[in-house]
Amino acid sequence: MAGITKEYRTVKQVAGPLMLVEGVEGVTYGELADIKLQNGMVRRGRVLEINGDKAMVQVFEGTSGLSPQDVRVKFLAKGMELGVSIDMLGRVFDGFGRPTDDGPAIIPEKYLNVNGNPMNPFSRDYPNEFIQTGISTIDLLNTLVRGQKLPLFSGSGLPHSHLAAQIARQAKVLKTGEKFAVVFAAMGITFEESEFFVADFRRTGAIERSVLFINLADDPPIERIALPRMALTAAEYLAFEKDMHVLVILIDLTNYCEALREISAARREVPGRRGYPGYLYTDLSTLYERAGRIKGKTGSITQIPVLTMPEDDKTHPIPDLTGYITEGQIMIHRGLHTLGIYPPVDVLPSLSRLKDKGIGAGKTREDHADVMNQLYSAYARGKNAKELAVVLGESALSETDILFVKFADAFEDRFVRQGEDENRTIEESLRIGWELLAMLPKNELKRVRDAYLEKYYPKQ
Amino acid sequence: MNGDKGEVIKVSGPLVIARGLTGARMYEMVRVGEANLFGEIIEIKGDDYSIQVYEETEGIGPGQPVVRTKEPLSVELGPGLIRSIYDGVQRPLDTLAQDFGEYIVRGAERPALDRSSKWNFNPVAKIGDSVEPGDVLGTVQESNLVVHKIMVPPGRSGIVKKIGPVTGNVDSEVAVIEGPEGLFSVTMVQRWPVRDPRPVAKKLMPTDPMTTGQRVIDMFFPITKGGTACVPGPFGSGKTVVQHQLAKWADAEIVVYVGCGERGNEMTDVLMEFPHLKDPASGEPLMERTVLVANTSNMPVAAREASVFTGITIAEYFRDMGYSVALMADSTSRWAEAMREISGRLEEMPGEEGYPAYLGSRIASFYERAGNVICLGSEKRSAALSLIGAVSPPGGDLSEPVVQATLRVVKIFWGLDDKLAFSRHFPAINWLTSYSLYQNIVDKSADEHLDALWSTNRKRAMGMLQREAELEELVRLVGIDALPYDDRLLLQGAKIIREDFLHQNAFDERDTYTSLKKQFMLLKMILHYYDEAKVAMTAGATLDSLLSLKVLDDIARAKLIPEDDPGQFAVLENRITETIRELTRK
Repeated sequence: MAGITKEYRTVKQVAGPLMLVEGVEGVTYGELADIKLQNGMVRRGRVLEINGDKAMVQVFEGTSGLSPQDVRVKFLAKGMELGVSIDMLGRVFDGFGRPTDDGPAIIPEKYLNVNGNPMNPFSRDYPNEFIQTGISTIDLLNTLVRGQKLPLFSGSGLPHSHLAAQIARQAKVLKTGEKFAVVFAAMGITFEESEFFVADFRRTGAIERSVLFINLADDPPIERIALPRMALTAAEYLAFEKDMHVLVILIDLTNYCEALREISAARREVPGRRGYPGYLYTDLSTLYERAGRIKGKTGSITQIPVLTMPEDDKTHPIPDLTGYITEGQIMIHRGLHTLGIYPPVDVLPSLSRLKDKGIGAGKTREDHADVMNQLYSAYARGKNAKELAVVLGESALSETDILFVKFADAFEDRFVRQGEDENRTIEESLRIGWELLAMLPKNELKRVRDAYLEKYYPKQ
Repeated sequence: MNGDKGEVIKVSGPLVIARGLTGARMYEMVRVGEANLFGEIIEIKGDDYSIQVYEETEGIGPGQPVVRTKEPLSVELGPGLIRSIYDGVQRPLDTLAQDFGEYIVRGAERPALDRSSKWNFNPVAKIGDSVEPGDVLGTVQESNLVVHKIMVPPGRSGIVKKIGPVTGNVDSEVAVIEGPEGLFSVTMVQRWPVRDPRPVAKKLMPTDPMTTGQRVIDMFFPITKGGTACVPGPFGSGKTVVQHQLAKWADAEIVVYVGCGERGNEMTDVLMEFPHLKDPASGEPLMERTVLVANTSNMPVAAREASVFTGITIAEYFRDMGYSVALMADSTSRWAEAMREISGRLEEMPGEEGYPAYLGSRIASFYERAGNVICLGSEKRSAALSLIGAVSPPGGDLSEPVVQATLRVVKIFWGLDDKLAFSRHFPAINWLTSYSLYQNIVDKSADEHLDALWSTNRKRAMGMLQREAELEELVRLVGIDALPYDDRLLLQGAKIIREDFLHQNAFDERDTYTSLKKQFMLLKMILHYYDEAKVAMTAGATLDSLLSLKVLDDIARAKLIPEDDPGQFAVLENRITETIRELTRK
């Protein structure tokens, strides 16, 4: 390894976040580099392509102010690593895992490669433990389970941050005495949004069991590529080596994908849809698939990625590819938000794919699945009838349809709507569900088994 | 000069370019770098060999060695395949987990077939027999459901010189054959390059239906043994559940399930569920007939590209034994994306949406490996390989290249509809846009063997559903009250077909599988209600009274009538007749 300590002054090209170093020896793909500027500042880079003696290096802090003649590049003979320690709890880091708060330096227990290795599907344990978030539309209709990845699909100006913070604050399993931690990964969000989370974590004391990685909107965009990997490496360490149940909040994936597109464009790669690179799916999956449980281990990683859909368009590549990888999605709806309903969760297109394994007798309650199906179908029918009424007028609706319209309105008002600090137990959510179902004639409740109707249908 | 060992020149993601491999061939496997990573040569330009590497390439750099294996990407075929779970290049994931831990580490290598398992070989051929390719030399009881046939490998023939009962691992010699080139030894294992289809004696037209226990499929869009189908749909429309249901309940003797670039937890689901589910025909756990190939989305993209070929080669091998095999690939879009990614790195001229120009021909040649066949061998065994591919079109847009290239070759289209999924109608197969070109074959078979009314009832029901769609549009314009009563009754009939026949709950123990016989009775009973109601209406019964009959609840629950109690359908039909006639008697 002759080249390790050697410094190269052979930068030939700088374009976007990339620079080309020539005449290098012994450099490998994925290796980290220190880039020393004339003024003594050091930036971080990573080898994206190595061709003979030419290395293409991606500069995380950006290339602004770089002059090819003055730069010295040193390759570090290792990939990107994070020094991990249990002392990371309660601390704030940047996209490279460097502390940015006033606390002392972290003394790492060990260094872990941030890219991780793919989890062997054979070693995975199926997520089936119910997490109570205290939010009816999630708990009852789109149940979150430990080890799941369930994103919030939102749009600009919608209260997804509030919802994500509320989930982080309230999430618990019905068992007690388990260790719980939050890893918060902020990519390119504004100072205000970030402060909102930090203040919320401080207010509730959650900060003590949180690790925060923050890259703000004015921080270097390329750092956003490294950040979620740092955060997930910390999460894996806490979950699978320290037996903690880790909730990872990734916000905002749209900014991450844009950083990825920036690099791809600078490399002149053949673009896929909307200029995003063809490997966007693969790249996203290497983040999302790091959620899960492992057989024989206590801890777990549950992910709540948040993304803002450009123009609220679900078919945009970022939400689209995310939806294909994650186990469902919670849709935030602009219309409901305009109506003043919080949380504005659009129930019909929302979905939790893993809900079936986490609900029912012994987990939540025996009637959970039936109530869920009935609420869905009744709400869907009410919405359909409403649309019909818009075209034809209310008089065109049958008596039953009018009941369903009333149901749909009440459902949004009483079931969907809840306070930002309202932490409903699953029993409370079920109770509200049954009260709403009682607005409908019993013979319309076809999705609920008779035995449960008998037992739970509110007596007037 | 032949170079057995070359060196790395360039690394860009999963693509490595090496020099000094003179004599190496296209699609030959090589080992790359100090980490000994798997790779495959996919392009040769002068002395530059482009290699797609099946593992993460971090730490690989110029000057590192590349070693030839002189063999194309191949799979091991022999006893021990059943119940296995492999990655895209046939590494056994269970053994890797045991030996290397919960994460898949680079360079990890274990034989695909466990060498510590012992198998009992029972000879079928005798000394002195003249054998040709595909002839069965003997059998091995591989699982409770599968008798594994040890066959003369393709391209080999001769006179059996030595054969007898053997107990040992797959490498044990079971026979010696004297061929034109001299003596050769046959073990329980064959190797076969995955990109070459295994040869058959003859391809035939599909003739037999493959039942799946899924009402909308078996009744309206049936598949045959040896048929090809595609299941496109946006995310959340239930592609994977449909694929899982087929893997569970399709009446194939062997099922190969390829999880190609999909979720890790889904594979775990299969791994945990299949050992507990019983095959409806034999009562044995489904795992006893299943081989899994799992290359989840976060596993290396090049191995994902290979995974569908690994899967279909294993499927072909069981087909060659004379079995009816079904392969599910979920999802072929991820496979196509892997091709696009590699193609982009090779700087090939892109076709539509960045996909390589050869996308269509690759997809076509993959689906063409399915079919109803006469296998190699003097027995002339007949066998079938059915292929069902899920497609995940971006944004659910069916005009995108992968869906279009697939539709050109497959015979069945099960179009999943997110509107249906939102209203929790599962399986969300849209009955208006889906089609099966095997309909006639299946109709004929069902009319002959099950009930002469099968196809008649099917056509009536489909007619009602199509009419419903037309009427719905009308209702949207003028309101339901403007429709004549018989049309409104038809809407009711169609609604019952939708809710009580097409809708099927995959997670309900009893509803998850419905035999053809029960499907027939269920539909017959629904049509019976409609016919009786129509008669009653002309005799003066009001529409409202017909729509609010208590017996409708019984109709809704009829799908839960146990398979072994078909008498209940007759009782129910009588009750329908009576309660409806009651209305006009008053």
